[in-house]
Amino acid sequence: MDSYFGGSQPDPLRPFGGGDGDAGRARGSGVRPPAGFLGLQTSSFADFLASYSPGLMPGRAPGPGVSLGDGAGGHAIRDLPHATTIVAAACEHGVVLAGDRRATAGSMIAKRDVEKVFRSDEYSAIGYSGTGSMGIDVIRLFQVELEHYEKMEGRSLSLEGKANRLAWMIRGNLAAAMQGFIVVPLFVGYDEDADRGRIFSYDPLGGPYEEQRFYSIGSGSVFARGSLKKLFVDDMPVRDAVLASVQALYDAADDDSATGGPDLTRRIFPVIATVTADGFRRLSEAESEDYAEQVVQGRMSEPDGPPAHLHAAG
Amino acid sequence: MPFYVSPEQSMRDKADYARKGIARGRSCVALKYAGGILMVAPNPSSALHKISEIYDRIAFAAVGRYNEYENLRKAGVTYADITGYQFDRHDVTARGIANWYAQTLGTIFTESNKPFEVEIVVAEIGRQAADDQIYRITFDGSVGDEPGFVAFGGQADQVSAALKERYSEGMSLAEAFAAALAALAAPSNGERQDVVAAQLEVAVLDRARDHRAFRRIRAARLEELIAEGRAADQKAADQKAAEAAQAAEAPAQDGAPEGSGEAADPRPPIGPGAASSDDGSGGDAPPRPA
Repeated sequence: MDSYFGGSQPDPLRPFGGGDGDAGRARGSGVRPPAGFLGLQTSSFADFLASYSPGLMPGRAPGPGVSLGDGAGGHAIRDLPHATTIVAAACEHGVVLAGDRRATAGSMIAKRDVEKVFRSDEYSAIGYSGTGSMGIDVIRLFQVELEHYEKMEGRSLSLEGKANRLAWMIRGNLAAAMQGFIVVPLFVGYDEDADRGRIFSYDPLGGPYEEQRFYSIGSGSVFARGSLKKLFVDDMPVRDAVLASVQALYDAADDDSATGGPDLTRRIFPVIATVTADGFRRLSEAESEDYAEQVVQGRMSEPDGPPAHLHAAG
Repeated sequence: MPFYVSPEQSMRDKADYARKGIARGRSCVALKYAGGILMVAPNPSSALHKISEIYDRIAFAAVGRYNEYENLRKAGVTYADITGYQFDRHDVTARGIANWYAQTLGTIFTESNKPFEVEIVVAEIGRQAADDQIYRITFDGSVGDEPGFVAFGGQADQVSAALKERYSEGMSLAEAFAAALAALAAPSNGERQDVVAAQLEVAVLDRARDHRAFRRIRAARLEELIAEGRAADQKAADQKAAEAAQAAEAPAQDGAPEGSGEAADPRPPIGPGAASSDDGSGGDAPPRPA
C-alpha cells in the first residue's frame, strides 16, 4: 500500500511534484498526478482514483484471455448476471425512475430482487442495465464522485456537469465493454433553474443524450417504450407518472424473459424513485405494492393494459 | 550566523512559531450536546469555512492559517472518500482520519522549514451520545481524545476554562450554543460583543439526520438559535437568582446578579434538569435545607 504521500518517501513538501512509481501514472486523465493527498488539483474523485490507484477503477480490463467468444470464457461472461428494463418519465416539476428486479444468467434467473435504481445525490437518480457487478461498480463510483465534488467545492455540480461526468465514466469502461462487460446507465435529475425533471441516456461509449418526456433502457426497453408512448401525457402529476411507469415495466416483463414483473407472492415490486423539488425519494415497499396491485388488478380484466384512444377524444 | 543549531533549539523555535501563529487568531469550540456535536467559530466570511463536513458522520474544524488547513481539509475528505469507496461507508472513522492528520502534521513539523500553523479537530457522532468522539490534533502531530468539549486556537485556555464551567452532559442545542457563545466571549472578560449571525460560523453533526449528519446553521435558523440561546441563558440566570434568594437567609452570601447571563458564577454549573424545569417564576424555587 503506497504511503499517502506517494513514492517511497513521505513528501508533503512537493504537492505539485510528481510522485515516483506507478501511483503517479494517470492513464489518459490529463491530470498531473498528485503526491499523496495534499495539494490536490482536482475536485474529481474519479480523476484522483485513476492516478492514485488505477486498479480500483471499474473499467479496468479483465485481461486478454477473457472475451465473449465461444470458448469457456465467453460462456462465463454470458452467464454473468445481467440486469434489464429501466424506465424514466418526466412529470410535473420532476421525473420518475423505475426499474425491475430481475437478473438473469443465461436462461436462469440469477436474482429476484436486484436493485437497479439508486440515489446518486439529493436531486438526481441513476439506473443501469447490462452486467450487474460492473453496473454496481460504476454507480458506486458515481455516487462518491458527486459527493466528493460537493464536499471539496462547497457546492453541487450542475445537472449537466453530473451527466457529463457519468459519460466520462462510461467511456472509461470502454475496454471492459469491448470484452462484453457492458454497462449502460439512465440518469435523471431535477433541474432547479428550469424547475423540471430531465432525462439523460447513454450508449456503451458514453454520451450523454438528453431525452424528452420519457425513455427506457435494457432488454425490455423496446416494449416499455411502446407502452409509455400510449400512456404518457406531458406534465402528468407524479402519481400518474409512477403508474404509467409501472404499467410500462409490466408490459416489458410480459414480452421480455429477462425482465421481471411484480412478484405478488414474495412481495417483490419494482424499485420506484421520484426526483422533484423536494429531492430524491424512493417509494416505500408499501407504496410500490400499492401501484403494482393496482396495475395487476386492472390486467385481470384487460390483460394488455389500459387501451389508448384510437380516435381523438371529443 | 551559527553553523549548527541543536535539534532541541530548532524544534522549540518551530513550536513557538506555530503556537504564536495559532494564538493570533480567534478561538473555536466544539462540544457535545444531547442530539450530537455542536461546533462554533467566529468567522466573518460566509464563503471561507473553518468548519466542514468530512464524511457521513464526521466533521472537521480548524484554526490557524487558512490555506494550510484548507489543504488539510481537502486531503482529509479525499482520504475518507477513498476509504469509504474501497471498503464501505461504515469503515470510515474519525479515529482513522485523526491518525492520518497526526501522521501528516507530524511529518510536516519535523521535516519542513516552516511548520503548519494549524490546530484541527475531528468530530464524529455515533448511534448514541456515549459513542460520540472529538479528537484534537495539534501542529506537531499530537493527537488527543477530548471528552465532552474542546476549545482551540486564539486564547484557548481562557475559553476552555469558561466552557468547562458551563458544560454539562446532555444539554439541548440552545443550551450548548449559549455555553459556546459565553465561552468565546471569555477572553474579552465576559463582555459579549453584539452577537450577530453574520459573524459566526455554526454547524452541527445531527444524530437525527439520515446519511449525512453534517448541517450548517445559518441565516434565519441561526438567528433563531441565538435567540434560543439567550432564552436558555436567561432561564439559567433566573434559576440562579431564585436559588440565591432562597439561600439569602444565611448571612454573608453574595447573590447572583439578576438579568445578566454572562457573569462568571462561582457556583457549580446548573444541570439540564434544573433549567428545563424552571418556569420563570422566582417563587417556585425547589425546597432547600434551611
